[in-house]
Amino acid sequence: MITIIEAKQLTKRVGAKQILHGIDLSLQSGRFLTIFGPNGAGKTTLLKILSLLTSPTSGSLMIAGQEVADNAADLRKQIGVISHHSYLYGNLTARENLLFYGRMYQVPDLEQRIEEVLSEVGLGMFFNDPVRIFSRGMLQRLSIARAILHNPRILFLDEPYTGLDLQAIEILNSVLAGLKDQQRTVVMITHTFDVGLALSDEVLIINKGRVAFHGARSEVGSLEEFQDLYREKVGGRN
Amino acid sequence: MSHFWSSVRAIVWKDLKAEFRTKEMLSSMLIFAFLVIVIFSFAFDPGAQSVKQILPGVIWVGFLFSGILGLNRSFLSEQINDAISGLMLAPVDRAAIYFGKVFGNLIQTTLVEAIALPVFIILFDFNYAGSWLWLILVILASTFGFVAVGTFLAALASNTRSSEVLLPIILFPVIVPVVIGAVELTKALFAGADISTVMIWLQVICVYDVVFTVVPFLLFDYLLEA
Repeated sequence: MITIIEAKQLTKRVGAKQILHGIDLSLQSGRFLTIFGPNGAGKTTLLKILSLLTSPTSGSLMIAGQEVADNAADLRKQIGVISHHSYLYGNLTARENLLFYGRMYQVPDLEQRIEEVLSEVGLGMFFNDPVRIFSRGMLQRLSIARAILHNPRILFLDEPYTGLDLQAIEILNSVLAGLKDQQRTVVMITHTFDVGLALSDEVLIINKGRVAFHGARSEVGSLEEFQDLYREKVGGRN
Repeated sequence: MSHFWSSVRAIVWKDLKAEFRTKEMLSSMLIFAFLVIVIFSFAFDPGAQSVKQILPGVIWVGFLFSGILGLNRSFLSEQINDAISGLMLAPVDRAAIYFGKVFGNLIQTTLVEAIALPVFIILFDFNYAGSWLWLILVILASTFGFVAVGTFLAALASNTRSSEVLLPIILFPVIVPVVIGAVELTKALFAGADISTVMIWLQVICVYDVVFTVVPFLLFDYLLEA
């Protein structure tokens, strides 16, 4: 296995506020990392930096062995992001949204790939419906289709379960299990301990912009033991 | 480089597809332009000789104010569902987002101008005898300068709470050279004067177009990150 993400001393400052203080992180290809931490700890900022949405103030980041500063645009081809925002356009249909993103990512055999991912997320029937009439669950399912359309090597998820109905949760779980089977790398932020622990190979706890804990899933024990560890690392905050 | 331009094309396609489905922006821009025409046609006697002097200014007031409505919407639509982050995650130089937006805005603004200009001329009972080719060139060059800097400032303003108020305030001082040049050139064409006497203004507009295409191209990534 190769190191797919290598971050050294990442910091992020926005105005006068220091959000991240020297984050070090190394993740092997094919691993599933779940990030936990209290609100305002810097989880989403870290995810934005790792997914190349924003740049760090200082520090170095390598994705798939390449320095991000030199190759950000090319490296984004290998990255998919699912956020609690869908990144979709309400006035376009499901198909048109995926056509647009597919063109931006230069996806080969695009029409066929769109049909595949839409049926994978259970939206094959809503191919030509405008996205503005979609429910929150349907939006998130289409957002999953958008994120996996270009077969990314690394998938970043920021609280992907927020506001999902049961069917959407099952689809997301199935997509994540599929990615794990395909040895894709997944980095997920969640506040739901049981879901996060069930999927992960590694666990990261962030508190006040610093790594408070990073270890293998086997190191953290049962759900109760992890909750105790979490309280100890973040000082009882959640 | 071909991926850069195919991404620009994809953004233009996306913006036009969404706009032509709802026509929210185009209809607002057209209604505003027609309101300007109607108000000024009542304010000034359309048959008077002085109209030749006033009409170029009136036309550009209509074009620019209706154009601002469109520019304001172009990045606000990207804020819904945080679609701008989806664009920023795409594997292409972020200047492609800028050019995609510029060309999308240019097509929509030019379309409104193409519909509004004949209405201006008819309602003001003006018999245009000058060169249509020069008039079209002046309108396109001036509109490009306006849209190029307007798109950049619209992206800047979209991150603020009162972006729709802020954009005209920051845009109008910057586009003064284009506005003066466009009015002077249009006035000369409407008066049937020799275009070479005001050619300096076309040169000013062309230089402005180049500068305000290159500067946003270089700065757009920083603007999005901010």
